[in-house]
Amino acid sequence: MFLEIKDLSVKIENKNILKSLNLNINKGEVHAIMGPNGSGKSTLANVLAGKEDYEILDGKINFKDNDLFDLNIEERAQEGMFLAFQYPVEIPGVNITPFLHSAINSKRKRMNEEEIDNLSFAKLLKSKASDLGINIDMLKRSVNTGFSGGEKKRYEILQMSILNPDLAILDETDSGLDIDALKIVTDGVNKLKTKDNSFLIITHYQKLLDYIKPDYVHVMVNGSIVKSGGSEIAAEIEKDGFQKFQ
Amino acid sequence: MNSETLNTLNTYSKNRYKYGFVTEIDDEKPKKGLNEDTIKFISLKKNEPEWMLAWRLKAYSKWKKMKEPQWANLSFPEIDYQDIYYYSAPKGFEKKPKDLSEVDPKLIETYNKLGIPLEEQKVLAGVAVDVVFDSVSVATTYKGELEKLGIIFCSIGEAIQKHPDLIKKYLGSVIPAGDHSFSALNSAVFTDGSFVYIPEGVKCPMELSTYFRINAENTGQFERTLIIADKGSYVSYLEGCTAPKRDDNQLHAANVELIALEDAEIKYSTVQNWYPGDENGKGGIYNFVTKRGLCAGKNSKISWTQVETGSAITWKYPSCILKGDNSIGEFYSVAITNNFQQADTGTKMTHIGKNTKSKIISKGISLGKSQNTYRGEVSFLRKADKARNYTQCDSLLVGNNCGAHTVPYIDSKNNTAVIEHEASTSKINEDQLYYCRQRGLNHEEAVSLIVNGFCKQVLQELPMEFAVEAQKLVSISLEGSVG
Repeated sequence: MFLEIKDLSVKIENKNILKSLNLNINKGEVHAIMGPNGSGKSTLANVLAGKEDYEILDGKINFKDNDLFDLNIEERAQEGMFLAFQYPVEIPGVNITPFLHSAINSKRKRMNEEEIDNLSFAKLLKSKASDLGINIDMLKRSVNTGFSGGEKKRYEILQMSILNPDLAILDETDSGLDIDALKIVTDGVNKLKTKDNSFLIITHYQKLLDYIKPDYVHVMVNGSIVKSGGSEIAAEIEKDGFQKFQ
Repeated sequence: MNSETLNTLNTYSKNRYKYGFVTEIDDEKPKKGLNEDTIKFISLKKNEPEWMLAWRLKAYSKWKKMKEPQWANLSFPEIDYQDIYYYSAPKGFEKKPKDLSEVDPKLIETYNKLGIPLEEQKVLAGVAVDVVFDSVSVATTYKGELEKLGIIFCSIGEAIQKHPDLIKKYLGSVIPAGDHSFSALNSAVFTDGSFVYIPEGVKCPMELSTYFRINAENTGQFERTLIIADKGSYVSYLEGCTAPKRDDNQLHAANVELIALEDAEIKYSTVQNWYPGDENGKGGIYNFVTKRGLCAGKNSKISWTQVETGSAITWKYPSCILKGDNSIGEFYSVAITNNFQQADTGTKMTHIGKNTKSKIISKGISLGKSQNTYRGEVSFLRKADKARNYTQCDSLLVGNNCGAHTVPYIDSKNNTAVIEHEASTSKINEDQLYYCRQRGLNHEEAVSLIVNGFCKQVLQELPMEFAVEAQKLVSISLEGSVG
């Protein structure tokens, strides 16, 4: 199994957020999780990425034959997990080029691969940026600093395409995007998709799933997955909302 | 702040100082302590003319009546001035070596360890280096090339011999001996340092650089630097410092004077990496430095850039006196304190002429149990019509046991002055760390990246060749293995 979440229960500040959650993802699959606000979707994304604010009460997560709880944030990233943030944070004064260059090389080091040199990296970054319709001038700016919501999300997808993860988690990437930006972002995701990587797409709205076709859709309510199925579920939610699942 | 962050921060306290080796060289010192004989000994060793000795003795008599300035936010045991050696020179240095083959190979090795290539062929392209080893200037590279342009770049000792007119005219003209006790002390016992004179209309084609190093134990280093940029000239000067690791505290009280005449520009950059003491606060340099620049002529400009990562105590306020109309003063500073380091640093901008402008960008980063203070004074005198100042002070706290303080003084006697002041204090942001680590950077790399980003506004003011060095230095200062 590529990613296996078993009976996961998580709390933060005395509040139980995830309750006996189960989810399996195989290589090459695209999964979507839909749910109302406060259902625990973003918590799941952050627990997977290793954010340290949560208390794991019970359960296990297996990722690529590792016990995920044995790995810290950066080790998970180096193993091929990528989280596209809902609200990417600004890092003033830090340019994307050295930032991503260090990131890609730390991953390569862990995989015992040769590090990529400055010049090759600069070329790679430029070509990926132009694929995503990102202006070269944007690469000269500090990470996320002064970016619009749409620019930030495109930047996340650019980073994802450079780091080429095995498992990409997209946390409400569609929020705050207009149709044009949404198209660029989803095009980027579709280009990246292969039979060897997997996606976990977290969204509130069905709109995103018009552009990225998931293999499975899960409905998450109150910290658990209450229903799983194909893309027909998304249509159901679009029509009737989450009411009937609660 | 979560537990892993705290763990990492605690390990930062085990700061490694990689320049802490000692070079074994026989040296020649007078007896410990400060009195007229010490000063006569120094003056004699340096083969100085009588007027210079008289100048020193006058400063000494002022010093005897003075007390150390008390306003800084620093605490340290009283300095015993009688327990310090005031002169230390490697033996056989009365005569300066003519070329590198006459220099003790151990000295060259020391500089190689420091990464300072002394041999001209290895010198960074376009960088001339004047090296001060304890109290004697060892070698000056690129001298010939500079001479062709009429540029004088030599030790202050040599300048006293060869250019007495310039010395008599300018030495102590910006920092009078009696300014405060450390300037009086320096004036009495200064041993070496650099002298630069750029003739009218000449743009110095390369960065001039001095590398100071305190080697001998219990030796105070009192260097004196004097830079004069004549009308319409330009010079960029870089000073770098390291000192060996010792348990005792060493005293360093330098004076640096800059004079920019009409339309001239001086850019002075410092990378200060003196030994900061160990994680328990033992040892380290006491750094009491007076740096002051005089924009004497119209349209002149003086710009100070400093990266301060070392010293147990830093007391330093590179300042500008903006006398000429339309003159510009700038101060860019990064000060990083760790463990038990204390820094009280900032600047003084004195606006005298019309349309004078000053800009202050200060970035303080505190780690461990350190205390980091920005202290600045901006004053506008009565005739400083339409003068402007912009001040920005940002402090970054890493951990829960350190302190950041901002003490700005503003004094305006002219109501056309425009003053802007911005200040911020923040803790290192957990969300930024999480973001970087999610991309695969480890905790330490993430902190280093964020801190470097925080300092960027200042680091980018450094000459290209040294900006990279300074970035590395910032990272080293934060270094420690992740627990």
